[in-house]
Amino acid sequence: MVRLQGDPIRAEDLIVEVRGDGDGAVALFLGTVRNHNAGRRVLYLEYHAYPGMAEREMERIEHDAAKRYGASRIAIVHRTGRLEVGEVSVAVAVASPHRAEATDACRFVIDTLKKTVPIWKKEYFEGGAVWIEGGEDTPAG
Amino acid sequence: MKIEVRYFASLVEHTGVEVESVEVAPGDDVTALWDRLVKRHPKLGEIGFHPMAACDMEYAGWDRALEGVKEVAFLPPVSGG
Repeated sequence: MVRLQGDPIRAEDLIVEVRGDGDGAVALFLGTVRNHNAGRRVLYLEYHAYPGMAEREMERIEHDAAKRYGASRIAIVHRTGRLEVGEVSVAVAVASPHRAEATDACRFVIDTLKKTVPIWKKEYFEGGAVWIEGGEDTPAG
Repeated sequence: MKIEVRYFASLVEHTGVEVESVEVAPGDDVTALWDRLVKRHPKLGEIGFHPMAACDMEYAGWDRALEGVKEVAFLPPVSGG
């Protein structure tokens, strides 16, 4: 299951969504908005996605991870819009019969998502804003 | 033929639009389209990176022919997560 959503992510719901009675493990990764970046004090972030393509790339990762690691079920949810410090921006939940598949698949999903899913963050800090693009900052108007 | 072109993140600041309709010539590939767009929006020529291209929501090489393509998107390096 993959989803972009404007509303807050409820991690407990994802755990219930992925876990089945044949599973002995659920791995959960939460990305959260931190209050500092590159020496700047972050006020809030804005996430922009390419709707349609973002879900398509997330589904590709879901299928690759399920096949590669033998996970039972995978949920990938990413927020869009304005997020305050401390909010969950992305959640990955993976259920599997044993812990290694779940933790390995979870790591694979978040690492791949950060490289391929068309989503960008715009960082608002004291005194300005920048687009974060890859590892670079691009001045924002 | 006309195709829809979409821009994301900092590219929107260089074009002033998120989406626009662009006339392309038969035989054009993504590179030829980009050259047309840089003429229309000179600031695109000043960006310090090579954007990724997507044709109809699939990543595509810059040598991808536009025949049959409805939508091309130009994507700065992604930063989700």
